Amino acid sequence: MYQFDFTPVFQAFDTLLLGAWFTIQMSGMAMLLGLAVSILGAVGKDSGIKVINLIVDIYVELIRNTPFLVQIYFFFFGLPALGIRMSPNEAALFALTVNFGAYGTEIIRAGISAISRGQIEAAQAIGLSWLQVLRYVVMKPALRVVYPALTSQFIFLMLGSSVVSAISATDLTAAGNDLNSLTFASFEVYLVTTGIYLVMSIAFSMAFSLIGRTCFAYPVER
Amino acid sequence: MIREFGTGEVFYIVLAIRWTIALSLIAFVGGAIGGLAVTLARVSNSKPARIAATGFIRLFQGTPLLMQLFIVYFGLNIVGLPTNAWLAAAVALTLHASAFLGEIWRGCIQAVPRGQTEAADALAYSYVTRMKDIVLPQAARIAAAPTTGFLVQLIKSTSLASIIGFTELTRAGQIISNATFKPFLVISLVAVLYFILCWPLSLAAKRLETRFDKALTR
Repeated sequence: MYQFDFTPVFQAFDTLLLGAWFTIQMSGMAMLLGLAVSILGAVGKDSGIKVINLIVDIYVELIRNTPFLVQIYFFFFGLPALGIRMSPNEAALFALTVNFGAYGTEIIRAGISAISRGQIEAAQAIGLSWLQVLRYVVMKPALRVVYPALTSQFIFLMLGSSVVSAISATDLTAAGNDLNSLTFASFEVYLVTTGIYLVMSIAFSMAFSLIGRTCFAYPVER
Repeated sequence: MIREFGTGEVFYIVLAIRWTIALSLIAFVGGAIGGLAVTLARVSNSKPARIAATGFIRLFQGTPLLMQLFIVYFGLNIVGLPTNAWLAAAVALTLHASAFLGEIWRGCIQAVPRGQTEAADALAYSYVTRMKDIVLPQAARIAAAPTTGFLVQLIKSTSLASIIGFTELTRAGQIISNATFKPFLVISLVAVLYFILCWPLSLAAKRLETRFDKALTR
């Protein structure tokens, strides 16, 4: 019978928490940067300019149809051949941003297409500037529509970010890997690490639904 | 001695795609069986079954697949099975797919109008008949697009099996990349192969989705 021994894991619990904090920071940063990429992508896709349209299409399809692990290998091991060198943590953030940007583009586009043309025309008719139309008539209601999809995409991103340990970025999984090679209590280490991920994803999804209820609480006519 | 990146190396990588396909198929078939069980438990009348199914789904959707792979990989030993990357990857991906398909299909079953279930009850059909002949066939039509979409996700997910040492497409690429020192070329090739595998399925998912939308707005 296997003897479970969690003591070495809990002795080094702070290193796991440090890794978890890094995972949260990295995911949050990637989400913000990725959101900027998504908005650019969505606006580019709807710009009606053929070349930009094609570029966004290729970007989105390439990222969505290849594994994240391969993408991160490409950025970390492949790009130095072109003279672009990144540290593991930089490559991790870059890959997460690029990945989130592709999924986000589709999500934001779905939000924009949820806004009827008539509303935009009405806003233009009452003399709102291009920027005001984009901000108040397009972006805000669109963000409200896409909020659930975006937040669950963030949790996907955070869980998927465990893969960055494969290029030795210093996230939660990497902290688990280090602890595993110190203690050889593999099962216990990964059980606790998984538990931390579970707590993180539950906490974030609760926080997001709370924020969603406060920020987007105004009623809409349908 | 650095190996050349020649036809032999390209073939090695291209042929490794069969392990990616095999693992995807095992996980998909296993996940479909498990997912059906999870879905039926999730929409059943028994409260314990619903709670168990919800807990299972939450657990697998709330933790990274990589951790699930590690736990199964190191856990095999504890339950007395040999530590084997094939077995671990197949088991972990099957459980993972069961949870995701279970949640996807739950939505599809609940999208079938309640009246259908009530009519079946009114006609005194048994549970099996009601599910097999009335609810599931209608849910299957709704499920076609998201299930195809999930299959793409699953194929991509099998790449994580390379981290526990299962030699599929990604691992084969890594091996060749390490031997030839041509990471840019090798990883690009691997990415292209995944793309060739996934893109047609993504297109099919999109087509199924629009076709279903049309059928609804008839």
